[in-house]
Amino acid sequence: MSKGGRLATVLGLFLVVVGLVVWAVASLLNPGVPGGVVNFTNAQAAGQPVQLNVQTVGSIGFGAHPTWVSYLVKDPKSGKWIHATSWELPAHTVVDMTIDQYDSGSPLRNQEWGQVLGTIGSTATLNGTSFSVYNSNTGNGVGHTFAIPTLNISVPLVGVSGNPCGAAPCHFNSPHNVETFSFKTPGAGSYNWQCFVPCALGYLFGNGGAMSTQNYMGGELEVVNS
Amino acid sequence: MSPESEMGSEENHFRRIVIIWIVLSVVLDLLFWFLVGPHVPPGRMTTTAKDNQFDFNVLMVIGLPVIVGVWEWLGYAAIKWNVKRKDMPESVGGPSAADNQRAVVSWIVITTVVVLALAVFGTIALYAGNGSGSGEGPNPILQPAGAFKAETAALAGTGSWSPNSNEVLPVQVIAQQWKFTYRYPTFGGFESPDLILPVNTEIAFNVTSLDVIHSFWAYQLEVKADANPIENNVAFTKTEQLGNFEVRCSELCGIWHGAMFNPGKVISESAFMTWASSTESTNATNTANLPPFAWTYVPDANGAAGGYYPDGNVTPYSTVEIYGSKQPS
Repeated sequence: MSKGGRLATVLGLFLVVVGLVVWAVASLLNPGVPGGVVNFTNAQAAGQPVQLNVQTVGSIGFGAHPTWVSYLVKDPKSGKWIHATSWELPAHTVVDMTIDQYDSGSPLRNQEWGQVLGTIGSTATLNGTSFSVYNSNTGNGVGHTFAIPTLNISVPLVGVSGNPCGAAPCHFNSPHNVETFSFKTPGAGSYNWQCFVPCALGYLFGNGGAMSTQNYMGGELEVVNS
Repeated sequence: MSPESEMGSEENHFRRIVIIWIVLSVVLDLLFWFLVGPHVPPGRMTTTAKDNQFDFNVLMVIGLPVIVGVWEWLGYAAIKWNVKRKDMPESVGGPSAADNQRAVVSWIVITTVVVLALAVFGTIALYAGNGSGSGEGPNPILQPAGAFKAETAALAGTGSWSPNSNEVLPVQVIAQQWKFTYRYPTFGGFESPDLILPVNTEIAFNVTSLDVIHSFWAYQLEVKADANPIENNVAFTKTEQLGNFEVRCSELCGIWHGAMFNPGKVISESAFMTWASSTESTNATNTANLPPFAWTYVPDANGAAGGYYPDGNVTPYSTVEIYGSKQPS
């Protein structure tokens, strides 16, 4: 190979390496929104609160782990319940959340999560009645929590008696509790949310299985600038 | 001119190297100590952070002359004893290198003295810093004055703390997948996701876990203690500066380990008193639902998913003074 050819080869390879490095760094700095994320950014008029409806079920009834506990979300486009726990939300916007809780409950491992924390007004409603603290040692206890730890948001989801709904999506005819609360999204970023009740029965400390697998008892809020 | 006079005598080389080494070492040590040292992490927010910064700077001041010596020798040899130069004696590996007993003994003596001195220094620093902010287990041997009294009173529910009282403030760190929460036994035992501390106060962190092994790491405070279930791991520090810090879990603990962090604040003593009193009052309803304050918690046999309660078999706080066989119910 001539001297010019060798020089061109080296230069070409150098540019390829530089291009790969730039692409890798840019991807790290701006990862974008991953696939499989339910988009709520266009589901309402600009400046209006996002309506986010989810339900919790004791056993999902389908898929690879039909006995696992899970969250489901109502797709804002189709209105159907779907099995997805990563949601894209607009930044600095109020989210009105409604959770239909179909699962049974028990005393909390840490009663700290019996408090409603970080919501607007630091309150939530349970079947229409406002509350800020729930004693999980009484009644049906707490089945799950909806918590965004980095934002200090946590709401206890009060359990129902028994577990009559055995497969998702559960229907309103099954016993359930309806809880509502609102919170405001922060600036753009990725924020994980999770349940703080170790509800994965059959796993060490209840935190394996559905608690440690994406798309069941935790997910991501992908907050984007609209 | 003879080869020896052209290359200089062995004595001249050694003297030259030593003089250059001393000058460079002193200059670099002074530059590091005064320009870089005050900015070395983890800062000076607490006594343990300040001590850690001091220890690190001492290590650098001792290490810099070693680094300078190695590089200077290398550079000097490359220039002055280059094999391409005429009339050079046999290079490295010759008889003079193999039999240089003075060099061998000097190297062994100097490195031994440095390592032993650092071991002594480290041990003294560990003792003087009451464990240097590391977890000492349930029976801390090294603890600040008043810690035993404050910890025992906290467990009995009779603890007190007020601004300028110089009392030790016990704070319980509760780890669980995947969040730290904090109990303040001196203020009715309320629990909070916020870690707020008063300045100029000796803090006793009592670290435990409700599930797997975590690790409480308040980097700017220079406090790090493993959080083990049914174990109380005690670490001490004294706050000295106002400011923000960050707490992270430093033990890989599951899917959301990377998100297990929270900010913390060191605020004035009066502001802390206001915050603690206010939170105690605001959280009173929920505090009543919490299990009684204890060093560790175990699952209730009747709790399907949780329901944690004080461990009945109390771990004594001190090896010399035992609180009692049972915790208060």
